[in-house]
Amino acid sequence: MQLLYLLIEIIIKCVVVFGCLMLSVAYLTLMERKFLGHIQIRFGPNRCGPYGLLQPFSDAVKAFFKEDLIPGRADKGLFVIAPMISIVTAIGIFAVIPFGDQFTIPGTNWVVKLRVADVDIGLLYIFGLASLGEYGIILGGSSSGNKYGLTGSLRAAAQMISYEAALGLSVIGVIILSQTLRLTEIVNHQGGGFWNWNIWYQPVAFILYLICGVAELNRTPFDMPEAESELACGFNIEYSSMKFALFFMAEYAHMVTVAAVAVTLFLGGWQSPLPILGFIPGVVWFCIKVFILLFFFIWERGTFPRLRYDQIMKFGWKVLLPLAIINLLITGLVVSLK
Amino acid sequence: MIIPMLKGLALTLRRFFSKPITTQYPEEKIPPGQRWRGVQYFEKDERGKTKCVACGLCMVVCPSQCISIETAEDEEGRRYPLCYELDATRCIFCGFCEEACPVGAIFMGKTCEWVDVQRGPFILDTEKLLEQKKYNP
Repeated sequence: MQLLYLLIEIIIKCVVVFGCLMLSVAYLTLMERKFLGHIQIRFGPNRCGPYGLLQPFSDAVKAFFKEDLIPGRADKGLFVIAPMISIVTAIGIFAVIPFGDQFTIPGTNWVVKLRVADVDIGLLYIFGLASLGEYGIILGGSSSGNKYGLTGSLRAAAQMISYEAALGLSVIGVIILSQTLRLTEIVNHQGGGFWNWNIWYQPVAFILYLICGVAELNRTPFDMPEAESELACGFNIEYSSMKFALFFMAEYAHMVTVAAVAVTLFLGGWQSPLPILGFIPGVVWFCIKVFILLFFFIWERGTFPRLRYDQIMKFGWKVLLPLAIINLLITGLVVSLK
Repeated sequence: MIIPMLKGLALTLRRFFSKPITTQYPEEKIPPGQRWRGVQYFEKDERGKTKCVACGLCMVVCPSQCISIETAEDEEGRRYPLCYELDATRCIFCGFCEEACPVGAIFMGKTCEWVDVQRGPFILDTEKLLEQKKYNP
């Protein structure tokens, strides 16, 4: 009986998390277009429904009814499987993100923990899946039999290798501080007010994480794999219809995930910034923090131009990686001297 | 390097909170410029008919030869256009007809939005040209 209840609980949590994630991905595309519009002193989409709120659905309908094209010279198996890899990994990361504390269902003693899975190597799982997600882009570009796609996927591979290193090193500081890979414990470690958040102990790591995260997302200033002006959309040039939509959704789901991981590691997860405000549920705080980071991602996209390829490589290897190592050394030194 | 980036971020944030300058086209329209030459219209005389005396000067001056006039005389001996046709699909909106008109009958209007699926409606006769007046107060 206990097992059945547990199964039901897990299924309900999966459905809710998946639904919320997909809905937020749909509206993130609208939010991005609206915010970019306002940054450029225009409105953005505002024709479909009030304030353009139905735009994501009309986009989805459009994507469904487009012709699904597979180029004749493409490697069909890889071509079909690449968008699936992208979307599955992007959604899969969300399984370990804790988006709230636990609560007891009234009338019973059944404790519901607000996370799908509480894995004790959560952080490792996240980085494993995140680098797997890049395979979707690399395979998608190289299997489409197009030179732009191939160039895009090569760039994606090079960028992944250069920035994943700094990304991993920037997070190790947090692991040293909280002495665990379990995300729940990392969040609990930061409880009791915003002065306990890891961002104050690891500011350099936070900035490095954001920069490398943006590079992992392949967003402007680091959108080399799909540089519109020179590669004509890069790795997804041959994709159409729902396959393209899957890549698109994967990119935005990945964006939510990077923001959620940043919130968990550096901004105290579901913890409220002031102990007085503890009566507001943790999920709300989590969503607010994620929203702020998502706004930052859109904001910086509307501000910065794309870097040149050699500049990206130089920045990754000669600036970010040494900074991450120095930050790691200093953190280790301070922790060991304490 | 970092300060200019922050300046850029501040600029875009200011833009984000400023009011968009977009004109919501079908709902709000920017009036055309003062010297804009749009579709022609006919000025009416005191009897409510066209002022045109069918002198044919506009027909002669028109560089794209889109005006054709058939002249007639009424019972008082006054000349009037029996059939005045202006082919708006050929018109280049140069405004020479307005300049040439000795009696101030034809004027360049302000209308610039004109869509149809057939060619017929684009041939303006006297009635249609008189009707165009209402778009040009």
